[in-house]
Amino acid sequence: MTAPAWLKTTGFYLLVGIIVLQALFPFYYAVLTSLEDGQALFEVNYLPAVFDLSNYRSMLSDGVFGKQILNSVFVATVTVIISLFLAITASFALARIRFRGRGLLLLTILSVSMFPQIAVLSGLFELIRAFGLFNSLWSLVFSYMIFTLPFTVWVLTTFMRALPIEIEEAAIMDGASSFTIIRRIFVPLLWPAMVTTGLLAFIHAWNEFLFALTFLSTDTQRTVPVAIALISGRSEFEVPWGNIMAASVVVTLPLVVLVLIFQRRIVSGLTAGAVKG
Amino acid sequence: MASVELKNVCKSFGSVEVLRDVNLSLEGGEFVVFVGPSGCGKSTLLRLIAGLEDITDGELMIDGERMNDVLPAKRGISMVFQSYALYPHMTVFENMAFGLEQAKLSPDEIKARIAQAADMLQISEYMERKPRQLSGGQRQRVAIGRAITRQPRVFLFDEPLSNLDAALRVDTRLEIAALHKRLADTTMIYVTHDQVEAMTLADRIVVLNAGNVEQVGTPLELYANPASQFVAGFIGSPRMNFIGGEVAAGHGAATFGIRPEHVDLSRDKGLWKGTVRLTEALGSDTFAHVDTETAGMVNVRLAGAERIGEGETVFLTPQTEAVHLFDDAGWPVRKAKAA
Repeated sequence: MTAPAWLKTTGFYLLVGIIVLQALFPFYYAVLTSLEDGQALFEVNYLPAVFDLSNYRSMLSDGVFGKQILNSVFVATVTVIISLFLAITASFALARIRFRGRGLLLLTILSVSMFPQIAVLSGLFELIRAFGLFNSLWSLVFSYMIFTLPFTVWVLTTFMRALPIEIEEAAIMDGASSFTIIRRIFVPLLWPAMVTTGLLAFIHAWNEFLFALTFLSTDTQRTVPVAIALISGRSEFEVPWGNIMAASVVVTLPLVVLVLIFQRRIVSGLTAGAVKG
Repeated sequence: MASVELKNVCKSFGSVEVLRDVNLSLEGGEFVVFVGPSGCGKSTLLRLIAGLEDITDGELMIDGERMNDVLPAKRGISMVFQSYALYPHMTVFENMAFGLEQAKLSPDEIKARIAQAADMLQISEYMERKPRQLSGGQRQRVAIGRAITRQPRVFLFDEPLSNLDAALRVDTRLEIAALHKRLADTTMIYVTHDQVEAMTLADRIVVLNAGNVEQVGTPLELYANPASQFVAGFIGSPRMNFIGGEVAAGHGAATFGIRPEHVDLSRDKGLWKGTVRLTEALGSDTFAHVDTETAGMVNVRLAGAERIGEGETVFLTPQTEAVHLFDDAGWPVRKAKAA
């Protein structure tokens, strides 16, 4: 007994529809709300009724918000660059060089990501004060590596292990130093993996809230997730939903653009042809 | 002309000893094949010469210079890997240029050397392609080309034909033989488990078994005078027949060895009576597996497509001058013809 074909097809598209709806509706509603102003905000509608950019104008002319976006861009970008550099050199050692305690070290790296942020928060706060990084963007770069490094190191180590060792040996015979091998052989071959992990690290750093709230104290240093949460109205009874939604849409766009750019770069099967294939 | 000399070379991985006291002396310009079953240490020996593995004990000399602690790239060696190991993200030209760039040669020199190698191997038209756009045979040529451009003193091949299909393997084998003639000054060391490759390519063959050098000699020396039962069984195709029991005891040995091509078959008289169990007709030869009463199963080569029925009763006579006798440790006993 099998269900008729049309039922299967309908069921399939129904499920797809539900998944798409639950993924996209919140963002759609944010965009919709951000384009409305004043009283229109409080009338529930699911189709665009008005097209009003005043929320965006007031957000961006605010002065601080532009600076806050730059803060976020700086923190996320620097975190990704440093993480990838450390991860690729670390994974070279972890994947290719035999040394005592390698397995233990890999497990330790993974276990770093095991602790909830809130559990390490106070200790980390002390550390950041001791380094004199409080209210500096470097405090975030430093602390975000707690969660970006474990998975970048792990993913890149796995990818590097999958590369045929003979390619590396050929490079050794060709007279390349370890650093040249990493730069000229591994980085180009691991590029898809680096793009993917780099993108995930960027998104994570871009969205992070708790550390950003704790380690930064002034408005001009804040990153956008915290800044948006702290947007307040003229009185304590007013929540400026329009502005909040406009800001949310603005900070989402860079991520969407990044994903769209890099998805084309994630070319699989780049290593095909290295060895018999 | 670069000579290669190994003196008491040992290699251990942890507590596992892979090579024991290997002594070899290769002359400049020689084509030497290391052959042996898998796990005999032949690839490890090649990697020691290349510098990809450290030598645990002993000395490696190239042209009289001690090479134990010299970096692989400074030894004047090129290597062709079993899997070709081309850089997948680089074009053929870049693949061949990479090593020369590392050696800090001028761009003109690099171009000239690559053009020359590409010409020799007829790969000039693929220079801008990536390895994945090439067939197995073309990749193999590029790998050889990359090795040639470095103008090595010693050329190493690690089972270069094992990834090719049978027809291409024969062609490439002939090309490697031709390459050796062109680069007459370059010493070539070639690792394989295929004794046919060894026999056809080598000036001299080194037979390895369980980390020991069993015998070194020209292909025909190894065929005619194997220094052990292992070599006798490994060199020659199909394998030599090894017969124990009474037949061997009658000659004062533990094992009586005779190659299939050195047994005469007759339908009416001979030394051993037996029944044909299986025949393999290859066109040029026919091999008959005969179940004899006194000597057990014996493989016999018959010239041409001689018709012989399975189940037929036949008589076999070994050619006495081609008999090899071995004691129970596998070492040769005095030849039968001398007895």
